[in-house]
Amino acid sequence: MTEPVLQEGVVHDSLASEFPDLRLAWVTVDTRPRRTPAELRERLGMLADRFHGARALSIRREPVPAAYRVFFRHIGLDPDVQRTPIEAAAVERLLRGGFVSGSAVDDALVLALVETGVPVWALDAARVGGALELRAARTGERLGAGDYADDLAPGRIVVADETGPVAVLFGPVAPDRLPGRDTDRVLLFAVGAPGVPALYFEEALHCCAEALDSD
Amino acid sequence: MVELTVRRARRDVDEQAARAQLRRQIARLEAQLSALQISGFPYGRVEPAGPGARGPHILGLGELESIRDGLVAGLDDARSRAVERGERQAAARAQLERMLQEPGRHKFVRVASRDLGEPGCGVWHVRPRLGLIGMLAGWWQVKLSSGCPLAS
Repeated sequence: MTEPVLQEGVVHDSLASEFPDLRLAWVTVDTRPRRTPAELRERLGMLADRFHGARALSIRREPVPAAYRVFFRHIGLDPDVQRTPIEAAAVERLLRGGFVSGSAVDDALVLALVETGVPVWALDAARVGGALELRAARTGERLGAGDYADDLAPGRIVVADETGPVAVLFGPVAPDRLPGRDTDRVLLFAVGAPGVPALYFEEALHCCAEALDSD
Repeated sequence: MVELTVRRARRDVDEQAARAQLRRQIARLEAQLSALQISGFPYGRVEPAGPGARGPHILGLGELESIRDGLVAGLDDARSRAVERGERQAAARAQLERMLQEPGRHKFVRVASRDLGEPGCGVWHVRPRLGLIGMLAGWWQVKLSSGCPLAS
């Protein structure tokens, strides 16, 4: 297994001037859609066993989840309405009794999130053009392609490639960019909120890439 | 013209510094609110301000001030509720102590564990020992009933 190369994304000036420590980075991994390998399922099971109600409650005071909570407030999201990714995972864990096993990619994302507190998203690398960028949406931009693509309000913070937005920050990913049946290379990206230590941020991407690259 | 540009640039810098200051305040308030919610669980829930209609975006001074003020109000509310709760629990604890010391003077008085700030559905209840005989003889005792009612 080769160590995936972490690539830094661009944070647009308008955002970087307000949030100097904001980060965007990604790695790409050769992998095809498949069921979750037993090893990854076991790791998720072990994580679920260690994840109790008390931690689900107090997780918001841990440094990394707290940084995302504060960042949510700073960008106009109320974390008590739209849960931060790690808090949403914690609630899911309590409601379902475990981290539900889906596809290998989905489970690798959950693994990285629960291990580090840093959310990671997956895209089909073949459907991403050029470097990723964190910026405000421009007038007339849409999320996805076709008649059912959602209009994006100008100013909404998005992750974009050279062709346009691929995801709303902490929101939906463009359906036409998601990994599908014909995917053979996945791009994993993470957004590091100000105050999140670089170690956790980078570990999230490495952890996710390693889980997908383990066979 | 140059003076106007300089003045505008200076105002932008001032506003950016003000926004940074508001963000620091929001971060501090958020930390305090989280701590209060955890220490007051399950009673310390703060009502959310409502969904943000615009999604994630760069907030202006007005929006940041509004969020800051909302957090201050939420924190004040949570604190005053915590104080009220603390007073009610102290009163309930004092009542329980009196019941334990002199059960005969507090016949049939009940204090729920929840009123004491304890989890569960237990209720401290002053009851006569041996039923009617104890009632006539003046034998009173404090019993803790336990267990939550079965779900219907």
